Amino acid sequence: MDGQSPIHGGPEKEGPVSASPSRRAWGRFRRNPLGFWSFVIFTVLVVLSLFAEVLSTDKPLVVRYEGQTYFPVLRDYAEKTFGGDFETPADYLDPFIRERITQNGNWAVYAPNPYGPKTLNYFAKLPNPSAPSRDNFFGTDDRGRDLLAQLIYGFRVSVLFALALTVLGVVLGIVTGAIQGFFGGKTDLAFQRFIEIWGSMPELYLLIIFSAIFSPSVALLLILLSLFGWMGLSDYVRAEFLRNRQMDYVRAARALGVGNSRIMWRHILPNSMTPVVTFLPFRMSAAILALTSLDFLGLGVPPGTPSLGELLSQGKANIDAWWISLSTFAVLVLTLLLLTFMGDALRDALDPRKADK
Amino acid sequence: MTAPTPGTGMPAHLLEVKDLRVSFAGKEVVHGVNFRIAPGEKLALVGESGSGKTVTALSLLRLAQNAEISGVASLFGLEPMSVGRDLLSISERALRGIRGEEVAMIFQEPMTALNPLFTVGDQIAEVLELKQALSKRQAWDAAVEALAATGIAEPARRAQSFPHQLSGGQRQRAMIAMALACRPRLLLADEPTTALDVTLRIQILELLSDLQRQTGMAVLMITHDLNLVRKFADRVAVMEDGHLVEEGAVARVFANPQHAYTRKLIDSRPVRDVVGQSAATGEPPVMLASRLRVGYAVPIPGVRGWFRKGEFVAVKGADFSVPPGRTLGIVGESGSGKSTLALAALGLIPHSGELQAMGRRWGPDAAGNQAIRRLVQVVFQDPFSSLSPRMAVEEIVGEGLLVHEPSLSPADRRERVIAALADVGMGEIQFPGLLQRYPHEFSGGQRQRLAIARALIVQPQLLVLDEPTSALDVTIQKQVLQLLQKLQRERGLSYLLITHDVDVIRAMAHQVMVMKDGEVLETGPVDQVLDRPEHPYTRILVSAQD
Repeated sequence: MDGQSPIHGGPEKEGPVSASPSRRAWGRFRRNPLGFWSFVIFTVLVVLSLFAEVLSTDKPLVVRYEGQTYFPVLRDYAEKTFGGDFETPADYLDPFIRERITQNGNWAVYAPNPYGPKTLNYFAKLPNPSAPSRDNFFGTDDRGRDLLAQLIYGFRVSVLFALALTVLGVVLGIVTGAIQGFFGGKTDLAFQRFIEIWGSMPELYLLIIFSAIFSPSVALLLILLSLFGWMGLSDYVRAEFLRNRQMDYVRAARALGVGNSRIMWRHILPNSMTPVVTFLPFRMSAAILALTSLDFLGLGVPPGTPSLGELLSQGKANIDAWWISLSTFAVLVLTLLLLTFMGDALRDALDPRKADK
Repeated sequence: MTAPTPGTGMPAHLLEVKDLRVSFAGKEVVHGVNFRIAPGEKLALVGESGSGKTVTALSLLRLAQNAEISGVASLFGLEPMSVGRDLLSISERALRGIRGEEVAMIFQEPMTALNPLFTVGDQIAEVLELKQALSKRQAWDAAVEALAATGIAEPARRAQSFPHQLSGGQRQRAMIAMALACRPRLLLADEPTTALDVTLRIQILELLSDLQRQTGMAVLMITHDLNLVRKFADRVAVMEDGHLVEEGAVARVFANPQHAYTRKLIDSRPVRDVVGQSAATGEPPVMLASRLRVGYAVPIPGVRGWFRKGEFVAVKGADFSVPPGRTLGIVGESGSGKSTLALAALGLIPHSGELQAMGRRWGPDAAGNQAIRRLVQVVFQDPFSSLSPRMAVEEIVGEGLLVHEPSLSPADRRERVIAALADVGMGEIQFPGLLQRYPHEFSGGQRQRLAIARALIVQPQLLVLDEPTSALDVTIQKQVLQLLQKLQRERGLSYLLITHDVDVIRAMAHQVMVMKDGEVLETGPVDQVLDRPEHPYTRILVSAQD
């Protein structure tokens, strides 16, 4: 008898390439229409907002003036260039400049929404805040800035901030959780006590104190929030590492003499990512909400930065200017809803009990 | 409520199953099964995992979740001319009256089948209160009586125990007591002894036989263990892939199996095919241990435990040696310390005493051990947890080379991986794109081959085999054992084989060491230990599987 006797049963599907577990999870995610389309829409919105400087700016994209081509989006031109009186940069919302560059065979292409986030229209026909009109599709806020531009840039700041905060929190959470779970014992004990102490610090008061000491900036906010944002995830990763480190495949790797770092990185980490990935969209939406609430309280991004929280607080101050609160609210709800749908779909896709058909 | 069945007028049957089909989400797993059980008859339903035998039993009581069931399963009453009730079509309410009272079930794993939050007495009494409308007192007394009938010592005290306070055998007895409390006419027993140690298996089997004789109930025993069928059943039905391929009296089927699959099952007992008994003299042993002792730190309850830890000694001084090209079999029940001994042999847990591999000792620093790691490799029991689900075959099998021969180029490494896979009988021909496949696409036996290839690729001298086949079906087990025997013959590998299965020892081992509760009871050549056991425990162990 030889050991090469035919092997009982073959794999169910025949094919040259097989799908890794993460690819199969992605396939399950794609089969969930609500989650998948939320993902598509959210991605499109984020990519569009990355091009906000082209979509919503007070400077024309291209100007053809007296045989010369100018790109005001890319660089500043003095008013004199277009027949004005001053050396100062041209104000393209000025009816005089507008007339110079659009008549007598000259032409200019304006952005779809011809206002930037900080643009004050000195030539507005209505008092501030003004209701939606042909000039400002979503109206203006109480300082006369275009609301649509505010929302686009505010959305971008929120999403990018949330992305950065999530990445920082995930990296910190994975590293600390992995160390605790993998080494266990005294390391784990010490780290857990540290987390308990660290977690009981009053985050909000620290924020208030720090915003009094340092000048407020997005970077400072990011650092402060991520210092406190990693603990929840770290516990999940720790539990996964504790479970996985005593699996037979880890023992087999140890018996082969594989080093600790490779065991952590190649063997345990890929099998411990489920809670991390599942929580990603929920962490994003929590981060967006955190930034919005801090901005609402005036503890967030420095004044002048477009932000959804600041718009909400304007809406509260100008309760009769319904367009401010309503549109901001709509943007927030849409963002959070898309993230929640994605999170639900991800959770289903990564559920080990749901076999794919 | 009662469905007229064509079986009317045939009082010789207690249960008649006709054309039973079960499917899950549109996929049929049981394809039209027919069988009958007479009152007081012991029928064994035999098959490998995935053959549909458990689903068949669960469907009879409509306990299979999300299953679509069709067919007829008529349960006949005691009167000779009674009309059968179709268990598959009567109302849920009527079925609830039958479950537990006329047809009861016991499960494989008593730890999960008993509710951990109630005492076993409460759980048995609950059945009696519901089914026989006894008062609380009467039900409790009856529960104690039922426990006493299963031979549990001190039944009155045991009735007040929670499941975790009982041993495995006692839990299984408690579950049998619960199932039999209402004196059912039919007992469905789903692998009732598989989770138990071999010495307990006999006791439980004898208990079931005794109770069956006393009460005259019929038993449908679901099992994969042919020894058990031979000892227990009157008739046997063999299932393969959802079909019932053969049925008949046990003696007839074993003596003269008709179907090819039945023959394969009966032939699947491992065959000894290894090199001769005597080890080549003069050559130093591959592994040598003397007074090997392994202890674990365990918490001490109470305030004292805040400051120091207790110690549980899992291996209490073992002496053994593994000669080159030979197999040392270590046999014992769960908790005997044999798996701890395997981990110590692999240098994965600290130990005291002497333990050498090829004359080198395990040291405290990882770098010094690297050379021994190459010599001593391992194959674990559970093929599903021993391969990382997120690594492809090439990376799993080739990992040892990354560690021990880092200078190898990727192309050379791939060649070695392909060669190692070929050694275990796996190649591109059977599995196109083999190297890029992930473990979930392979069956248990194939995964075990991958695990062997992973160990072989670094060309070790000694393989530690920790229950290498006990998670596999019998026919697959035979193939894997044949592969291991062939590798030993061709390469002169030494094996440290750890198992609870005397059949596997008989087929593989040259030397045997019997362990119990961390102590070595008996050591010697395989034929001496198995044929002329000296220790009474070894005698029980050997007789349990014959």
